[in-house]
Amino acid sequence: MLNPDSVGSTFAGTDSITLSQSEIDAFCAVIGESDTSIAPPTFTIRITLNQFEEILTRPEIGLDWSRLVHGDQKFEIFSPVKSGDQLTCSATIESYRVAAGNEIVSVRSDLQREGQLVISAWSTLVVRA
Amino acid sequence: MNEAGTVLEEKVFYLDRALLKRYADASGDQNPIHQNEEFAVSVGLPNVIAHGMLTMALVGKYVSDFAGGSAKVLEFGARFIKPVIVPAGEKVDLTVSATITEGDGDKITVTLSATSAGVKVLGMAKAVVRV
Repeated sequence: MLNPDSVGSTFAGTDSITLSQSEIDAFCAVIGESDTSIAPPTFTIRITLNQFEEILTRPEIGLDWSRLVHGDQKFEIFSPVKSGDQLTCSATIESYRVAAGNEIVSVRSDLQREGQLVISAWSTLVVRA
Repeated sequence: MNEAGTVLEEKVFYLDRALLKRYADASGDQNPIHQNEEFAVSVGLPNVIAHGMLTMALVGKYVSDFAGGSAKVLEFGARFIKPVIVPAGEKVDLTVSATITEGDGDKITVTLSATSAGVKVLGMAKAVVRV
């Protein structure tokens, strides 16, 4: 069970993540995107979900990642990201409720490049009963 | 041409197990429900299912194509309402279409539809693009 005291808190992720052209190329290849000069709109889920897992499964927060399903996802892209960008990520637990034994957590990730917010992403994660 | 009510051309993507493996590697999401049939069935799924985010990435490609490039996609969201089921040795469809619901100056909102084997897989799917 998620620690309810963590709702409303923001957690810093890994210090800095540098995007490589090869990871953008691989993602583009899967979806058939030929323009690899910038990352496709959903690319940063690669960063965000890892960061959520690392943060939300910390002992003091306590989410059970093994029974997790993805409920919904939204991105707001203020500036697209590309190879060489150095990004930092934070996660904010926006809401938490339990319905029919399922835990429903809404988390926002904010990706920053040189101190500027470039992408916010909202994920609803459901831990099945 | 970008008026509210305009229906955009449908596009069909095809998914198979090999694509799921490639997406797992490209996204870092190696959850076995997307690769291992025995495991997927053991946790109550009908078969291996596609990553919801793979479905969304393909719909994102549709949006980028309409917008004239990924750089023009400002917002994109969807709810995962049913899984895309990917049996071994089969190619399953992801059929995507869209309607322009708001055309406001330099921004357009499209409401997206995504089905697989006739079943609606995304709900409340919407994107805002710059024109």
